[in-house]
Amino acid sequence: MTAHLPALIPVAPLVIALLTPILARLSVTLVRITALTALLISLASSAGALQHALVEGTWHYHFGGWAPPWGIEYVIDPLAGIIAVLVSFFCLLVLVYAAPYLAGKPAQEKGYFYTLYLLLAAGLLGMVVTGDVFNLYVFLEISSLAAYALIASGGSRATVAAYRYLLIGTAAASLYLLGIGYLYALTGSLNMADLAVLLPPLAATNAVALAVALITIGLGIKMALFPLHGWLPDAYSSAPAPVAGILAAVMAKVSAYAIYRILYFVFKTAAPVQVALDIAGWMAAAGILYGSIMAIAQRDLWRMLAYSSVAQMAYIILGLALGNIMGLYGALLQILSHAFTKGCLFLVAGSISHQTGIRDIPRLARLSRRMPWTLAAFVVAAMSMVGLPPTVGFFSKWYLMLGAVEAGAWVFVAVLVASSLLTAVYFFRVLEYAYLKEDQGQVEGQTREVKAAGGWELAPAMLVPVLILGLGILTLGIFSDQIISGYIHFALPWRMP
Amino acid sequence: MLALTAGYINFWLIAILLLVGFYGIIATENLLKKLMALNVISVAIILFYLNLGQKAGGTVPILPPGVEAGVTEAYANPLPHTLMLTAIVVGVATTGVGLAMLRKIYKRYGSLEEPVVLKEMRK
Amino acid sequence: MNADFFLVNRPLWAVLISLLAAGLILFNDRRPNLREGITVLAAVGKFAIIFSMLPQVLAGQVIETAPLTLAPGITLHLQADTFGLLFALLSSFLWILTSIYNFGYMRALKYGHETGYYASFAVCLSATIGIAFAANLLTFFLFYEILTIATYPLVIHSRTEEAIYGGRKYLAYTLTAGQFLLVAVIWSQVLAPGAEFQPGGFLAGKGSVLALQILFFLFVLGLGVKAAIMPLHDWLPTAMVAPTPVSALLHAVAVVKAGAFGFLRLSGYVFGPQLVREIGAGQVLAVVAGITIIVASLRALGEDNLKRRLAYSTIGQLSYVVLGAALATPMALLGGMFHIVAHAFMKITLFFCAGAIYVTTHKQNISEMKGIGRQMPATLAAFTLGAIAIVGTPFMVGFISKWNLGLGALQANEGIYIAVLIVSALLTTGYFFPIVFNAYFGSNKAGTPIREASPALLYPLLITGVIALVLGVFPNFGWDFYQLALAAVKSIFTAGMGMAAGG
Repeated sequence: MTAHLPALIPVAPLVIALLTPILARLSVTLVRITALTALLISLASSAGALQHALVEGTWHYHFGGWAPPWGIEYVIDPLAGIIAVLVSFFCLLVLVYAAPYLAGKPAQEKGYFYTLYLLLAAGLLGMVVTGDVFNLYVFLEISSLAAYALIASGGSRATVAAYRYLLIGTAAASLYLLGIGYLYALTGSLNMADLAVLLPPLAATNAVALAVALITIGLGIKMALFPLHGWLPDAYSSAPAPVAGILAAVMAKVSAYAIYRILYFVFKTAAPVQVALDIAGWMAAAGILYGSIMAIAQRDLWRMLAYSSVAQMAYIILGLALGNIMGLYGALLQILSHAFTKGCLFLVAGSISHQTGIRDIPRLARLSRRMPWTLAAFVVAAMSMVGLPPTVGFFSKWYLMLGAVEAGAWVFVAVLVASSLLTAVYFFRVLEYAYLKEDQGQVEGQTREVKAAGGWELAPAMLVPVLILGLGILTLGIFSDQIISGYIHFALPWRMP
Repeated sequence: MLALTAGYINFWLIAILLLVGFYGIIATENLLKKLMALNVISVAIILFYLNLGQKAGGTVPILPPGVEAGVTEAYANPLPHTLMLTAIVVGVATTGVGLAMLRKIYKRYGSLEEPVVLKEMRK
Repeated sequence: MNADFFLVNRPLWAVLISLLAAGLILFNDRRPNLREGITVLAAVGKFAIIFSMLPQVLAGQVIETAPLTLAPGITLHLQADTFGLLFALLSSFLWILTSIYNFGYMRALKYGHETGYYASFAVCLSATIGIAFAANLLTFFLFYEILTIATYPLVIHSRTEEAIYGGRKYLAYTLTAGQFLLVAVIWSQVLAPGAEFQPGGFLAGKGSVLALQILFFLFVLGLGVKAAIMPLHDWLPTAMVAPTPVSALLHAVAVVKAGAFGFLRLSGYVFGPQLVREIGAGQVLAVVAGITIIVASLRALGEDNLKRRLAYSTIGQLSYVVLGAALATPMALLGGMFHIVAHAFMKITLFFCAGAIYVTTHKQNISEMKGIGRQMPATLAAFTLGAIAIVGTPFMVGFISKWNLGLGALQANEGIYIAVLIVSALLTTGYFFPIVFNAYFGSNKAGTPIREASPALLYPLLITGVIALVLGVFPNFGWDFYQLALAAVKSIFTAGMGMAAGG
C-alpha cells in the first residue's frame, strides 16, 4: 500500500466522488463518513509522501508502471508535498465545517455537494502531485468544473457569477493548453522533468517566449492576478460559505503553485521567464494597491474579503518576481499564511452569515458579544493580514520585505508598507463595528432570527475549524523558523545555492 | 512572408479560428453564444494539436501481424490524438455544466442576454 | 531544569510572568478579587525577578537568554544589560504602584468591563519589558508592535465616541510608524546581517552616508510617534481619554518611553554616537527635539483640561530624552537615560494626582480646581512636589538629568540647547504655577471640608512623590538608577571607540 501513496492522494477522493451518487441513495451519513475518510487518506498519504521526500529525496511514482516520458509521472518533492498536505488539510477541515451548512437540505442536494466537493479536492490534489504538464491541465479542469458547479449551488445570483467564472476560467485553461502545445511541438515531451532538460537549448526561441506568456496568463487568470482578477469578487462573494472558504484558502494557491512550479522548475533559466516575472511583479504591485483600495470601498464583508484576496495573492507573485531566496521564502510562506488567514476569515464570515444572516459590515454592530470566540479568531486573522507579530502574516511579510530590500526594489517596499496600512484600515473598520459600535436597532426587519446552536454561539462543527485556523495562524507564526528551515527551504528550485 | 504563410497555412487558419473564438466571448452579449465561442476556441486548440501530430502520407500507428517494427517515418504521431480525446471530453463536460447553468439562469431571469440578466439581478 | 536554567533566562521569565497573568485574568472574568490579586502578584513577581538581576548587571555582566532562531540569522533574543535593566526596573516598579492605584480608580468609576482592561495592562507590561530586554532590532520591533496593539483596548476603554475616535487616531499614528520601523529594521538587517545591539553601535561603515541618513530618518519616523516628537505627537493628547492609570503608566512611562528608549538604543547601540554625529543626523534630530520642547511647553500653557496639559508637558519632557540621544555626547546620553527615570517618577505622580482629583471631585479642568488644595491637601502636596521637580529645581530629581543634558550640550559645542532648557524650565513654571497657586489660594465658595482620595489612590501617589524627592538628593537610592545609566554610557564610549568616558 505504501508504495502507492502518491497515487492515493488524488485517487482516494476521486473514487469516492464517483461512488457518492450511488451511496447518497442509501444514506447521507454514510456519504459523509466515506468523504471524510477519503480526505483523511489523502491527508495521511500527503504527509507520508512529504516525509519520504524530505528524508529520502523526491519520490517519482510512475502511474500504471509506465516510465516517463511515455507514462504519467507523479512527483512528490518537498514542494509538492507541502502543498499537498496544505490542500488536503483544508479540504478535510472545510468538509467538517460544511455539515451545519448542509443540514436541512434535501438528501439529493447533499449527495451532489459531496460529489462535487470531492471532485474539487481530487482535482486540486492532482494538480499538485502530477509531474506532467498535460495531466495538470486535466486536473485543473476537473477542479474548475467542480468549483463552477459548487459556486452555482449558492442561488441564482451565484449561478450568474459561476457562469461568468466558467467562461473566463475555461478561456484561461485554453490558453494554458495552447502554451503546453508549443512546448510539446518544441520538445516532443510533456513531462516536467524531461522538459526541464530539453528546454534550456531552446530558451532563446520565440516559441518558448510565447509558451511562457500563454501559460503565465492562463494560470494568472486562475489565481486572479491583477488585472486578470475580474471573476473573483463575484465568485467568492456569492458562493456558499464552505465553498467560498475552500476557494479562498486553497484553490487560487494551487494555481500560484503551478506558476511557481512551471516557471521555476520547468523553464528554469529561460530569458523570457525573467521578463514574465518582471511584468508579473509590477502587475502584482499594482494589484496589491488596487485590491486593498477596493476592499476599503466595500460594504459587504464577503466582497471586502474577496478584494483583499486579490491583494494578498499578489504578494505571492511579488515574492516570485523578486526571485532571491528571501523573496521565495516569503512567497511560499505567504501561500501557507494566506491559506490559513483567508480561510479563517471566510469561514468566520460564512459562520456569521449562517448564524445571523448578516453580510453588511455596518450591521455587525456588537456582534462580539454574541459570538466572542468566532470574532476572536477573526481578530487574530485580521492581525495576520495586516502583518502584526506574532502571527504568521508578519513573518511572510518580513521575508518579502527582506527580499525586496535585498534586491533594492524600493517601490515594492513602499507597496508592501502601503498595503499593510490599507489592510489595517479595512479590517479595523470591521472590528470597530463588531466590538465597539452600538446596535443601531434593526433595520427594516432585515435581521433574521438567530439560529439556535444548542447553547453554543455557533454549531461546534463550524466553530472548531474556525478556532483551529485561528490557533494555526499563531502556531505557524511562532514556529515559522521550523517551517522555513525544515520544509520551505527544501522547496526552493535547485538553481538556488 | 508568402512562403511563411504558405508553409504554415493550416496554423494561420487555426490562429484565425482561435481569435474568432476570443472575439466571440468578448463581443457577444448573449450568454449562450459566449459558450459557443468557447467551443470554437476549444476546437481551434484541438486542431492545433492534431496538426502537430500529422504528417504527409502518414498512416495509423498500428503494427499489423507479421510485420517487423521500425519504420516510424510512416506513422502519424498518435500522442496528440490521444491528448485531444481528453481535451474533447473536458470540452464536453464544460459545455454540459455551462448549459445546465444557462437553464437555471433562463428560468430565473427569463433571458440569456447579459445586459438584461444584469439588470434583473440589480432589482 | 536546574537553577542555572532559571537564572540565565530571568529576562524571559520577566517578560512571560505578566503574559501568564493576562491569561489567568481572562479566565477569571467573574472573580474581580482574584483577578486583581493576580495583577498585584504578577507585578511584584516581575519586579522581584528584574531586581534580582541588578547586582550581576552592576558588576558588569550581561544576562542573556538562549536566542530563539526565527530564521537563519534572525533571532529572538533577550538580554539584560545596564540600560535595558534601567528601563525594566523602572517600569516594573511603577506597575506595582499603578496596579494598586488601578483598583481604587476603576472601582470608583464603575466602568463594568475591567477584565480585558487588566489583561491588556499586563500584556502591555510584558511588551515593555520585552522592549527593555530586546537584544536585537527584530526583538525590539516585535515587542514594540505588541505594545501598540495591547494599548489600544485601554485607550478605548470608556467606549464613548470620543474614546473610539482617540483610539482610531492612536492606531493610525502608531501602526503607520510601525511600518516605517519595520522597513528600517529590515534594512539594518540587510546592511549588517544578524547584528545585535552593541554598545557603540554596529552600523559604522556598513553603508554610504546617504543610505545611513535615510535609514536614520526611517528610524526617527518609526520611533518618533511613540516618543511624540513634533509633528508626530498629535495622538498623545487625544489618547488622554483613556482612564487615568493608563495615562499615568503607559502614556507617561511605558509606551512613550518605549519610543524614547528606542532613540537612545538607536543612538548608543545601533548607529553609535560617533556615526550619529558624522552623518549629520544627530544635529537635525536635536533641532527637532529643541523645537518640540519649546512648542509643547507653549501649547501646555493654553490647555485647560488638566490631563491634556500634562500630555503636552509629557511631549516636551520626552524630547529631553530625544535631545540627549541626538547630542550623543557622554553627558547628554547620561542625562537622557536618567531623564527616563526622573520624568517617570515626576509625571506619574502628577497623573495620579489628576486621577485622584477626578475620582474624588469629578473635576477635569484646571479652572474648576480653585481651592482644591484645601480640600485634598495630601494629593496637592504630592502634585506640588512633582511640579517643582519637573521644572528642574535643584535637589529635585528633574535637576540631575537637566544638568547633565546641559553639560552634554556643551560637550557637543551646541550651547544653544542650554538656552532651550532654560526657556523650557520657565515655561514649565508658567504652566504649573497657576495650578498650584489656584489650588491653594483660589477662592472656593462652597466651603472646603477635607475630603481626600481613597487610600488605594492616595498612597501610590504619595510614594512616587516622595521618591521623586529622594532621588533628587540620592540618585542611586534603591535601584542604582544613576549607576546603571553611568555604566551604560561608559560601555558605549569605551567600546572600541577610544573615546574617553565622560563624567
